[in-house]
Amino acid sequence: MSETLPKNNIFKVIGASSLGTLIEWYDFYIFGSLAVIIGHQLFPEDAGASALINTLAIFAAGFIVRPFGALVFGRLGDLIGRKYTFLLTLVLMGGSTFLIGLIPSYKSIGYAAPILVLILRLIQGLALGGEYGGAATYVAEHAPKNRRGFFTSWIQTTATLGLFLSLGVIVITKNILGADAFGDWGWRIPFLLSIVLVVVSIYIRMKMHESPMFSKLKAEGNISKNPLKESFNNKANFKMVLLALFGATMGQGVIWYTGQFYAQSFLENTCKLDFNDSRYILLWGIAFATPFFVIFGAWSDKVGRKWIMLSGMLLGIIFYRPIYQMFLDDTDFSKIEQNDVSSTTAMPATAVLIPNTPDSLRTISTKVILKNGASFNKIQTDTISVSKGVLPAKEILKDKVLPTPIFWKFVGLIFFQILLVTMVYGPIAAFLVELFPTKIRYTSMSLPYHIGNGVFGGLVPFIATLIASFAGSTPLSGLWYPIGIAALSLIIGTIYLSNKRDESIND
Amino acid sequence: MNALKKFLGLVWMVLGPLAMTFLFIQAVEKVGLTHTDIERTNTILQWGIILFIFLPISLGLMIFGFYAWKGEYEKLPDNSAL
Repeated sequence: MSETLPKNNIFKVIGASSLGTLIEWYDFYIFGSLAVIIGHQLFPEDAGASALINTLAIFAAGFIVRPFGALVFGRLGDLIGRKYTFLLTLVLMGGSTFLIGLIPSYKSIGYAAPILVLILRLIQGLALGGEYGGAATYVAEHAPKNRRGFFTSWIQTTATLGLFLSLGVIVITKNILGADAFGDWGWRIPFLLSIVLVVVSIYIRMKMHESPMFSKLKAEGNISKNPLKESFNNKANFKMVLLALFGATMGQGVIWYTGQFYAQSFLENTCKLDFNDSRYILLWGIAFATPFFVIFGAWSDKVGRKWIMLSGMLLGIIFYRPIYQMFLDDTDFSKIEQNDVSSTTAMPATAVLIPNTPDSLRTISTKVILKNGASFNKIQTDTISVSKGVLPAKEILKDKVLPTPIFWKFVGLIFFQILLVTMVYGPIAAFLVELFPTKIRYTSMSLPYHIGNGVFGGLVPFIATLIASFAGSTPLSGLWYPIGIAALSLIIGTIYLSNKRDESIND
Repeated sequence: MNALKKFLGLVWMVLGPLAMTFLFIQAVEKVGLTHTDIERTNTILQWGIILFIFLPISLGLMIFGFYAWKGEYEKLPDNSAL
């Protein structure tokens, strides 16, 4: 049935599916891209680093529930159909994103603020858990059998384009409003904007038809009575679920989230790069690398999915530490010589009382511009003690703007990491679809995908930041988590996976 | 290759509980290092979530190892039909 679908129809199917999925990814990622600002809004002002870790934990909570969403909506998709299920996930995702934009801050409602955001974040995670498997299955079930990798790779671009869109909207909103207004209330705009995008997507999806393979199955009365039982209580299917998880999606997930999320977090929080600079670097990297999703997806139709995905993991294992060491070395401005400095501008000093003591903290900020075009803010926060006088603290260099050649070098390093993402992620939808039969495909492929991406991948920024905060760790210590997981997945995938493609998924 | 698949099945079966033990020891150590009340609560919450999430996954790795040891992956099916 799918083999006879006209070419313009398959592109309509891809367009309608991809737009909704892209919007869901956008909704999901704006939270992560604004973690630092949201942390200030949701937690007490003196929470410091724990505000960021707690915000990343709320961000991670959305990932952790994705497998549960996969079970709930996957089951629904195998029972009532693909179309209505991913229409429902779109409504849940859009509604909860919009409501996050309306939540009052900690100053207004105390700890109710992070609790409400956590609940909405959990709904987002559940919705996303149901969305992706539906979209990938829907497109694959329309695609011709020898081009399934190519056509599903368009769905694969949506996660990265959703991230691109979220970064773009954030940067544009911040540039229009200014940093202060954006940090105060402007951060809500990207969340509120989501409702417009979702309404457009719902309108388009309402016009879509059910998947031909599912319709055929339904007409013949062969749909599954209990998809969860048939997926996970049947050894022949369950062993493939486990193989898909440990041999593919687990490694794919950590490569995805290291290249696109941890990289951004590392540049902003560890290297102390300027807010806009870190996002522009990622935006350029994504723009250059995104076409490779389709290239690797199409190539997998010719040479098989396995070795393309596993090569991406291997390259990540080899190159992550050298890449992140370069990030650190090139943003180390502490050894700048005086004759490299073009100008320095001292800002007015500020002082705040330390609660319950007679002492205060004095902050001196100096803007430094270098002759090579780089700049940074030098911040020194001294303690003014009534009994001991001035106790100077170590200087912190932040808001670093890179010189042009280093900026483009960083774009290249991010591009390379996203290229690895395209290798592991471009072919994986076709790979998963071909492992499972039509009547339990939605359920069976969604679970390993969302454990691999939601749990192993989604926890990369959180676990890596946690590891890097241990005593005795270095800024690169956090990388051992994605490297270790990718290595394990590479070994299992190499030994156990088959490179053979299933020509007919109409079963 | 089939012998290697079977032998590594034993490794995966052992790796599951080993990974959980390692995580549990790390959790106890890190919670013990924290001092103040809110910091301790945060650390317990974070590690509690990590242990809760990775426990069923390590169980899955053990089952995967068991299947490999029993030779379930010696020949994979040619198509997606059950």
